[in-house]
Amino acid sequence: MAEPILSTRGLSRHFGPLKAVDGVSLDIREGSITGLIGPNGAGKSTLFNLLTGALKPTAGTVTLAGRDVTGLPPDRLFALGLGRTFQIPRPFARMSVLENVMLAPLAQTGERLAGPFLSPGRVRAEEAAIRARALEVLDFVTLAPLADHPAGKISGGQMKLLELARILMGDPKLILLDEPAAGVNPTLTRTLIGKIEELNRAGKTFVIIEHDMDFVMRHCDPVIALAEGRVIFQGTAAEARANPDLLDAYLGAPAGD
Amino acid sequence: MIGLISYLVFFATVASILAIAVLGLNLQWGNTGLFNGGVVAFFGAGAYGTLILGSPALEGQLGGFELAYPLALTGGMVAAALLAWAVGALTLRLRHDYLAIATFGVAVAFESLMRNAEWLAGGAKGIRGFERPLRAALGDGFLYNLAFLGFVLCLLVAVYLFLERLVGSPFGRLLRAIREDEDAARSLGKRPARVRLVAFVTGSAIMGLAGGLYASFYAFVSPQDILPVLTFQIWAMLIVGGAGNNRGAIMGTVLIWGAWTGSGWALSRFAPIEAQLYTGSIQFVMIGAVIVGMLLWRPQGLFPERLVVSQSGRSN
Ligand SMILES: Nc1ncnc2c1ncn2[C@@H]1O[C@H](COP(=O)(O)OP(=O)(O)O)[C@@H](O)[C@H]1O
Ligand SMILES: [Mg+2]
Repeated sequence: MAEPILSTRGLSRHFGPLKAVDGVSLDIREGSITGLIGPNGAGKSTLFNLLTGALKPTAGTVTLAGRDVTGLPPDRLFALGLGRTFQIPRPFARMSVLENVMLAPLAQTGERLAGPFLSPGRVRAEEAAIRARALEVLDFVTLAPLADHPAGKISGGQMKLLELARILMGDPKLILLDEPAAGVNPTLTRTLIGKIEELNRAGKTFVIIEHDMDFVMRHCDPVIALAEGRVIFQGTAAEARANPDLLDAYLGAPAGD
Repeated sequence: MIGLISYLVFFATVASILAIAVLGLNLQWGNTGLFNGGVVAFFGAGAYGTLILGSPALEGQLGGFELAYPLALTGGMVAAALLAWAVGALTLRLRHDYLAIATFGVAVAFESLMRNAEWLAGGAKGIRGFERPLRAALGDGFLYNLAFLGFVLCLLVAVYLFLERLVGSPFGRLLRAIREDEDAARSLGKRPARVRLVAFVTGSAIMGLAGGLYASFYAFVSPQDILPVLTFQIWAMLIVGGAGNNRGAIMGTVLIWGAWTGSGWALSRFAPIEAQLYTGSIQFVMIGAVIVGMLLWRPQGLFPERLVVSQSGRSN
């Protein structure tokens, strides 16, 4: 197997006595759409937060494309090609959809205080390019008609598409999606899946947290299951469906969010 | 008639100076979401800084630099910026309510320092600075006041244009994103801590400019000029005008300053004698009521922020 794009060794995060993530070691194959499943409270979102630097691990390491990135902050990891969306969408609510997307490109000249005053021509040229690219990306995620709407006023599903659009501006190699289909109507979910598969064909790797087993069966390979902070299963989606440990984990967990 | 016009010039001068401070606060709160509860400390640093740097030698206190007026004014801004940098480096990691308390504390400490350190700036009796600039040429009368108003208005316009340019740039977009959701901004490669500090220092330097103008207008500043009530007045102006909107900030200043001076006049004229003793307190209550009422009924202010502010952020 080729070198994994992302791997963890003994990754742990404790909240007081609670071991939310407990010694997780896993490898994400480059070019895959990996499904991350497990009952509520299994530690999936916490694991994402460790991978993206939003939380510091209590123990263990994270390696991204062969480089030790343990403990790096989220801004550095985004610059290194790791994009993520949130379980509960986090749009910049009182900004337009277009401005949400235009924010994302890195190292904009106009983002420095003196930029607009010292190099106005350069800022204008960059802005024109960023704007054109942002409109393209919005078109790709089917949000172009909403470009001038406040991001806080679009539907939850549209917010998930917006988050995807934002990270696409950074052209990440690896994209982590936290429950992209939860609470989203079937039409938008189909749109989203179509986009994920298109991006995947273009070479992007995905890790997707998802509850909907049908979704996982159809679109994810391989599947990794967490329960109580530990990896309890790795394999294909079909194997996951037949795995008795997994069934136990789900049945043993309190239902619903 | 002349009396009324003179008064209007005086009113417009003070209102314009305050509007500059409100614009500084708008950069911090309206655009970046930084809750500065100690506006008056930065206003005061500019006021004291300008007078100390521009004044001739004064017995028993700091001074005697006799810098030219533009340099003294710039020096006041630098003093405010340095104070903001020191305060910001220590406190900007705090979120809203804690930042507000910390900065409020800084302002109280600043006022108390100025009241007690006589060697610095005259303590409680204040500092009588330098003669008003160009007084020899323009005299002391109406003409002078008109010219000074013109000068202040030019600076107000300059600050306004500077900020409009700034908030309409990618820098402004970044400020708004940090205001809306700092963690999401960080997940998109941004570094909120650094950006917040830049916005805090810049806004405070603008407040320092307002303080310097205020002090040189009166050629005097004392601890009475940097009491917490000024922070509340400036906040009321921004909230009434509309946080996030520079034009709203200026309109809010005119409205609140008008209401403040108008109510002072009305109370002294029409209120029963016993109540006149409490004019100041009644006005404090009113300013508090205006802030609370506005937050309850129209939190976006009379002139709300427009949605798309960056120059190129429209899709068509
Ligand atoms: N910041 C936090 N502080 C304390 N406990 C937390 C925190 N974040 C998550 N947890 C706990 O960690 C466990 C795992 O949560 P989470 O990763 O959100 O689960 P999942 O995404 O798999 O549903 C839960 O018991 C949750 O309550
Ligand atoms: Mg979760």
